[in-house]
Amino acid sequence: MIHECMEHGAQYACLAANINFNLEGLRIGFWQLTIDGLAWGAIYALVAVGYTLVFGVLRLINFAHSEIFMLGMFGAYFALDIILGFTPSGNAYNKGIALTVLYLGIAMLFAMLVSGSAAVGLEFIAYRPLRRRGARSLTFLITAIGASFVMQEFVHFILPHLIKGYGGSNAQQPIILVQPKTQFHVFNATVSNVTILIVIAALILAILTDFAINRTKFGRGIRAVAQDPTTATLMGVSRERIITTTFLIGGLLAGAAALLYTLKVPQGIIYSGGFLLGIKAFSAAVLGGIGNLRGALLGGLLLGIMENYGQAVFGTQWRDVVAFVLLVLVLLFRPTGILGESLGKARA
Amino acid sequence: MSKLLAPGDGLRDWWDSLSRVPKWGFGVLLFGALALLPLYTPPFLDTPGISFGGTMAQFAMVAIIAIGLNVVVGQAGLLDLGYVGFYAVGAYTVALLTSPNSPWNKMSATGPFSAPWAWLSCVPLAMAITALAGLILGIPTLRLRGDYLAIVTLGFGEIIRLMADNLSDITNGPRGLSQVAFPRLGESEKLPEGVFSNGNSSGHANYGTWWFWLGLVLIVAILLLVGNLERSRVGRAWVAIREDEDAAEVMGVNTFRFKLWAFVMGAAIGGLSGALYAGQVQYVAPPSFNIINSMLFLCAVVLGGQGNKLGVIFGAFVIVYLPNRLLGVHFLGINMGDLKYLFFGLALVVMMIFRPEGLFPARARLLAYGKAAREWLRTPPVEKESAA
Repeated sequence: MIHECMEHGAQYACLAANINFNLEGLRIGFWQLTIDGLAWGAIYALVAVGYTLVFGVLRLINFAHSEIFMLGMFGAYFALDIILGFTPSGNAYNKGIALTVLYLGIAMLFAMLVSGSAAVGLEFIAYRPLRRRGARSLTFLITAIGASFVMQEFVHFILPHLIKGYGGSNAQQPIILVQPKTQFHVFNATVSNVTILIVIAALILAILTDFAINRTKFGRGIRAVAQDPTTATLMGVSRERIITTTFLIGGLLAGAAALLYTLKVPQGIIYSGGFLLGIKAFSAAVLGGIGNLRGALLGGLLLGIMENYGQAVFGTQWRDVVAFVLLVLVLLFRPTGILGESLGKARA
Repeated sequence: MSKLLAPGDGLRDWWDSLSRVPKWGFGVLLFGALALLPLYTPPFLDTPGISFGGTMAQFAMVAIIAIGLNVVVGQAGLLDLGYVGFYAVGAYTVALLTSPNSPWNKMSATGPFSAPWAWLSCVPLAMAITALAGLILGIPTLRLRGDYLAIVTLGFGEIIRLMADNLSDITNGPRGLSQVAFPRLGESEKLPEGVFSNGNSSGHANYGTWWFWLGLVLIVAILLLVGNLERSRVGRAWVAIREDEDAAEVMGVNTFRFKLWAFVMGAAIGGLSGALYAGQVQYVAPPSFNIINSMLFLCAVVLGGQGNKLGVIFGAFVIVYLPNRLLGVHFLGINMGDLKYLFFGLALVVMMIFRPEGLFPARARLLAYGKAAREWLRTPPVEKESAA
């Protein structure tokens, strides 16, 4: 390719050779890209909720949330492998719809348990002492980076010594419960069973979370603390308990998202697998308006779809760049995001 | 200020009490001792299994990065998580101009760069281009603050790496650029390419040691430059912005301009380190510029003490030396060298709780009048009391 460049002489031609601008591809694949993007977006949305809730309550970017998600992937894998006894192999299991959903449900619960407890543990060990000391926000961010290192490297080097065949430098052998299969067509686009499963599961969880935040007493407490911590405390809301709950909800959803992600990318269970997804989920939260629950859900879906469009236009290798550029653009031009409101102002 | 005693607090009090001339004297002695370290390595310091000179060369590079990042994070208080991007720009500038794999290779018998001087002439170019990159990234992003700035810079750092990875017609993609130029010095029959080439790999004064010495010289030069900036109007503006941006703005500090200035300075220093890296390793590839390295550099600054330029050099030493020292040390069947990120992560978490300013915290000083004012303030007002 280099030689080809030399022959052309003009170097900017080389630059162009690596970046496509293929609007036709976007037009042809539009519906397929949208539907695949929805599945990605559903996963981003669930992880983004964790970022947005914590930010709403604490004004803190929980940088280590991506590692909470990563632990959830290992939790889901553990449940399928050790608890349910599936052996990792390239072949898919065919257990029928009811049984498959049951198994996936169990795995999801376990992943949520792992992620939820990791998130609460992180809050207790790393963030709570900082709050007691009234640390600056920079301090929180650095702690989050440190915690992120610790969790990643724990899975990378310590976990293989605790559970044989887990963690380490390589991704886990995939366990495939659902073989992707086309179920029906919408506007010439195929909809696979995996996509249906992911979107429905994410939708149920999103509705549940929205209900919990906007309709329950607990949720009112969270919104109160987000709006005004001092007044909330005076009104008898325990701030510390609310913060713990917030981390727990974020962790639970990250665990659920982790299982859905392993359905979409069965070979993606690796210690470093959370980082990129975490940044994208954060971008999604910012896109929708950080601190805003519905904003995070909307932002996740939008990011998933737009990333797919960008990939179609510029080429597959630029997928991640599209997400990053989107993040930068949103932060520069509308830092409050699309929906813009904070958690506290969402509903009085 | 934290009441907790850290290693070296007494030492620092003593150091602060010295006047300028003895400080210089001790400084020269210290750097001289440091420079001799690879030649006369004490056994407890040696790194078994890996060249000590190479480790020290790596230390010098990370120290330069730490000083540069310290300008951005420690002095001006801008959390930059994509600093590795500037390191990458510096390294790639040198590599693109001198590697035979690159379409922009300008090194030939007739081209602008001839082999003996190619590396050296690329260094200022690398710094200039990195500074330009800092300017281009800084202008849009520096309007953001705090956490948002951190995330945007992280995004930019990642974009630079992905571009290096994807623009394979120019950067040769994941295969990287090899045979990068390096300074030709001391060419002899035994070492046809000079002491800086990786052919000089045996003994104490191997090519790592030579790169370490070059790095040390650059460190001293940068320390002088940054030290002078710190004591100038620019440095005072940085501290004002770090402590309270709104207050600084109200007092008439053009915060955007000074933040940009810090960003560009930091970027140029990062580019210099990148150029050193490209020359020493003679090979540049995208994985060396992973975001995790950015975190590691930040770790050096935070460990050493944000805002303290000597402290961050110590931080850089810890970051580079410990993993190399622990390489091959086994404990419970785990290679301790592998656990570097785990240890650094733990160190960051623990440090933020107990000593958030780092091991050697920068001391708030009266910058404008320096030592004289400090001493004047410390002496008790005896006369006034007697008059009252």
